[in-house]
Amino acid sequence: MRHLLLVATATASLMTAPVAQAADRILSIGGSVTEIIYALGAEDKIVARDTTSSYPAEAEALPDVGYMRALAPEGVLSVNPNLIVSEAGAGPAETLAVLKQADITFVEVPDDFSAQGIVDKINAVGAAIGEPDAAATLADKVEGELVAVAERVARLPDSERKRVLFVLSTRGGRIMASGTNTAADGIIALAGGVNALSEFEGYKLMTDEAVTRAQPDVILMMDRGGDHGMPDETLLALPAIVTTPAAETGSVVRMNGLYLLGFGPRTADAALTLARALYGEI
Amino acid sequence: MVALSDPSPGPYARDIRQLDRRILARRLSVVLVVLLALAIVVNLALGASGTSLWGALGKLLSGQDLSTMERVVLWDIRLPRVLLCVLVGAALAVSGAVMQGLFRNPLADPGLVGVGAGAGLGAILSIVLGGLLPVGVQGLFGHYVTPAAAFVGGWGSTLILYRVSTRAGRTSVATMLLAGIALGALAGAVSGILVYMADDNQLRDLTFWQMGSLAGATWEKSMIAGPVIVIAIAGATWLAHGLNCLALGEAAAAHMGISVQRMKNAAIFSVAAATGVAVAATGGIGFVGIVVPHVLRLATGPDHGTLLPNAALLGATLLLGADLISRTIIAPAELPIGIVTAVLGAPVFLWILLKRRGMVDQ
Repeated sequence: MRHLLLVATATASLMTAPVAQAADRILSIGGSVTEIIYALGAEDKIVARDTTSSYPAEAEALPDVGYMRALAPEGVLSVNPNLIVSEAGAGPAETLAVLKQADITFVEVPDDFSAQGIVDKINAVGAAIGEPDAAATLADKVEGELVAVAERVARLPDSERKRVLFVLSTRGGRIMASGTNTAADGIIALAGGVNALSEFEGYKLMTDEAVTRAQPDVILMMDRGGDHGMPDETLLALPAIVTTPAAETGSVVRMNGLYLLGFGPRTADAALTLARALYGEI
Repeated sequence: MVALSDPSPGPYARDIRQLDRRILARRLSVVLVVLLALAIVVNLALGASGTSLWGALGKLLSGQDLSTMERVVLWDIRLPRVLLCVLVGAALAVSGAVMQGLFRNPLADPGLVGVGAGAGLGAILSIVLGGLLPVGVQGLFGHYVTPAAAFVGGWGSTLILYRVSTRAGRTSVATMLLAGIALGALAGAVSGILVYMADDNQLRDLTFWQMGSLAGATWEKSMIAGPVIVIAIAGATWLAHGLNCLALGEAAAAHMGISVQRMKNAAIFSVAAATGVAVAATGGIGFVGIVVPHVLRLATGPDHGTLLPNAALLGATLLLGADLISRTIIAPAELPIGIVTAVLGAPVFLWILLKRRGMVDQ
């Protein structure tokens, strides 16, 4: 029996050996995947990243193979990865086909903008890079934090819930806002808010009247740093927004895009930060 | 003798100038062939991965096997990419030259007959509504759904335009131009509706498609595009004499024995075929079709007999140059090639115009 076990263990280690060896040159695609690999302490194995991987700051020192939806086959091969771990949606298909021919393992982790989605994502990344135990520990920790935030916001009575309008851009005074089934919608829910726009999916250009009718209590935006975004006064004076409760109270919340919308290890923290911005200490 | 010493530009001097230009164009062809060959070698040799062409050739000659990296980079990535680059560059430049000859307008490009707008509409339709296709069809065509849709869109709009502007077997070039603008606007509007319906990811796919890229070059794509483009370019070159006669006007061309209507048909369909396939394979790549024929016309004159083959050579070489820049300048990432051709093409075009104006003002 013991002998058999030994054989089984040896076989198992033989089978896992090439996989473990294969995962020492990782190309990390997608901001949240990169964050997870760093959080798992496996950053030494990353050889390159995509443009969206901007956190932690050390990641930005790695070679950048370009935007995840427009990967160049030779650029990807040039960093000589033996494993590519990616958020959903990497491409184009031709590039992925060439990588397959070069015998590079490509793992796409599922994306879902919910607490469970983050836990699944961490476990999927852990399994892909051969760190399932570290991933299970991290997933438990993150889940605990998410549950804690959820418990806190659950105490808020429905009548106090803030209606939040996520504005992706205001180019030319036109408001591109988030409907359902987006990262913005997900984080608003985690922070105990109500998405002011639930009639459509994805990000859409809004008419002024639709924004007015949505009656948001708070405007949520990405903080792009520097003087890029529109200042609060200009934003709140837009015809669409000036009549909303958000304009009356001057409520604009700006947060770093990857932190707010990444759905990675920092999301519980981001949800708590957003919840505090909406409701004060909760 | 007399003509040479005669300072006034008489008919003989004009002939001699024509002759000079023809010799100049021949020499230019030789230079362009050399440049193209050079560009092909450079594009095969350079790339983000640093894989050595010479090392691989050495290995092949001494009967060794290539490493997986060498095989994939040289055989599956660079070679089909160079081939597609040559085909598409030649197709765009020749189509531009043919359109400009046909419309007798230096601003004409294949976009005018609706190929661009139609192809764009087809591509957008496939990206936004592709998910509605039966799974079997998606599986069958895989990532060829968008190129195929772009091709069908380009051809479809050209056919509609051709029908609209043809009455009793006569195609009115002026009607075609105006209808092309109207159809372009319509295709743009329908595209706009689809863009509005598109989700975040589809929008990004669209944006990248519109900027054009050769990163998706495969042997299959080159093998599909190759025969169509080669036949279309050969057909266009065959039209050279007719296009020269047309420069004098339709009536004059008809008197010179040109079957004007047949020529129009051939020109329009060769352009639709060549650019339709090119756009389908690479997305939107601007400026090659306008800049290349212009540069050549200024250098060696408007004779289509030399202009068309030289345009094919220069278009291919320029696109290879642009692609080399696009895939090395920010390596390991890549710049969409449409951006490179516009950034390089627009200032060159402006410079040519200013220079020409300077000559006119003197």
